Amino acid sequence: MPVTRQADRRRKPDALPGFRLTLGVTLFYLCIITLIPLAALLIQPWSNGFHGFITILTSPRVLAALKLSFGSAAIAALVNMVFGLLVAWTLTRYRFPFRRVLDALIDLPFALPTAVAGIALSALYAQNGWLGAPLERIGIKVAYTPLGILVALVFIGLPFVVRTIEPILADMSLEAEEAAATLGATRLQTLARIVLPTLAPALMTGTTLAFARAVGEYGSVIFIAGNLPRVSEIAPLLIVIRLEEFDYPGAAAIGVIMLIASFAILLALNLLQRRLARR
Amino acid sequence: MTTRTRRAAEDPVAMRLICIAITAAFIIVLLLLPLITVFAQALAKGLGLALSRIETHDAWTSIRLTLIVAAISLPLNTLFGICAAWAIAKHTFRGKVLLTSLIDLPFSVSPVVAGLAYVLIFGMQGWLGPALRLWNIKIIFALPGIVLATLFVTVPFVARELVPLMIDQGRDEEEAAVSLGAGGLQTFFRVTLPNIKWGLLYGVLLCNARAMGEFGAVTVVSGHIRGLTNTMPVQVEALYNDYEFVGAFALASLLALLALFTLALKSLLEWRYAGEIAATHRH
Repeated sequence: MPVTRQADRRRKPDALPGFRLTLGVTLFYLCIITLIPLAALLIQPWSNGFHGFITILTSPRVLAALKLSFGSAAIAALVNMVFGLLVAWTLTRYRFPFRRVLDALIDLPFALPTAVAGIALSALYAQNGWLGAPLERIGIKVAYTPLGILVALVFIGLPFVVRTIEPILADMSLEAEEAAATLGATRLQTLARIVLPTLAPALMTGTTLAFARAVGEYGSVIFIAGNLPRVSEIAPLLIVIRLEEFDYPGAAAIGVIMLIASFAILLALNLLQRRLARR
Repeated sequence: MTTRTRRAAEDPVAMRLICIAITAAFIIVLLLLPLITVFAQALAKGLGLALSRIETHDAWTSIRLTLIVAAISLPLNTLFGICAAWAIAKHTFRGKVLLTSLIDLPFSVSPVVAGLAYVLIFGMQGWLGPALRLWNIKIIFALPGIVLATLFVTVPFVARELVPLMIDQGRDEEEAAVSLGAGGLQTFFRVTLPNIKWGLLYGVLLCNARAMGEFGAVTVVSGHIRGLTNTMPVQVEALYNDYEFVGAFALASLLALLALFTLALKSLLEWRYAGEIAATHRH
């Protein structure tokens, strides 16, 4: 790697040992664990030619699954954007009893295994569940419908939004808000013109992270979704089904689309991070 | 933000009350109720039955397998995280931003896609499938595949805690140690490690929670062989699909307890050692 030479020219000779070794270990490990497997996935679907790839992707069942995964992930991310902003605002700006407990609970979706979350949500929203029964009475069915998928994705995505904007909110100085108020702005004007623009990059980052997680989510969704082909069957589940049928090209084609989406999301996140850092 | 005498930046009481009410209701309904449901369902027919379901052979082997997988993947990812953080945080080189993104890549890749990638390489019809069969090596539907899938999804956890922390701390102390004649390892163990130990523990804690709880990636490569390749989350799914609800929720309760323990320890670390873990957690 010509990497180090350039770096050496810029500053004094490297006094700390172990750079080559640790960078080598890092690159080697990444290649074995993530990069080579993902590269293998990217190559696989072309074995039947581009035409075969397109045929698989444009089958109604695959299209419906992709549309459902990306669509419900986008809606869940928007729900999380609104509620995550409100939750983060309340938890950082106000003091009230049990605030610390509520704040600690935000991380639950990170810590709770997705399969556990999945069966819990499914039991909770089932016809005889604590929430499912009353909702059924007013005519809303959640479990085994696309609405159930949305509930699971909101559950899994909330901490991404809250935890991304909380530090920015905590660091934000009150001076700008006070100045706005002194100059005659109403509280609502101050929030819309001062607070929201400051938070915007972090809010976008958090929402994108929630979206990325939701698109690929499997464990918390499959128990509550009902998994009806073309209605409530998400793309990751269809990959699992294709694998169980030993249809490797079919599974790989869906996987490649999802992987490309991941790369696009990662790129968007990097651009957002750069904007965050420039602030 | 402790005493707020400055009224200009304060919200009206009505707005505060509404915000607090919505926040509390949202967190309780969305997050707390599912957690309580796990324990309530497990204990629905008494503690005795729940415990007896955990003592079955299949449940025990799933617990053992989960512990083995975590015991293999934690040290590997910790070592990786330390190496990556040492290279990235203490040195300057081109491509650093790209490398950081690549480390974070598993966060945006679906776990199912990760499992799929391994099946395409090591599976029966995969690239190395015929060669592996010739040498009688089993990776997919066996322990190595489960470990690989777990490693994939937990790669970033330790590194992403250590990198910002070690950038914050700079390299002055290490340079001083080296100039006084300390070797690389000595410098690391005597100077760097004491400075990062709580951040390291924080990362390992989150890594462990994910390693023990991973479902999507593991389910693809595990093959669902009961009493053999079912980890705890996969066994939970198997029991649930068999309408063995008490058994499923009893095993799920153990995982939920692990999650609660993780959250408690995490909160403690954030509160007690706020200055010594990554900057993003100080609030």
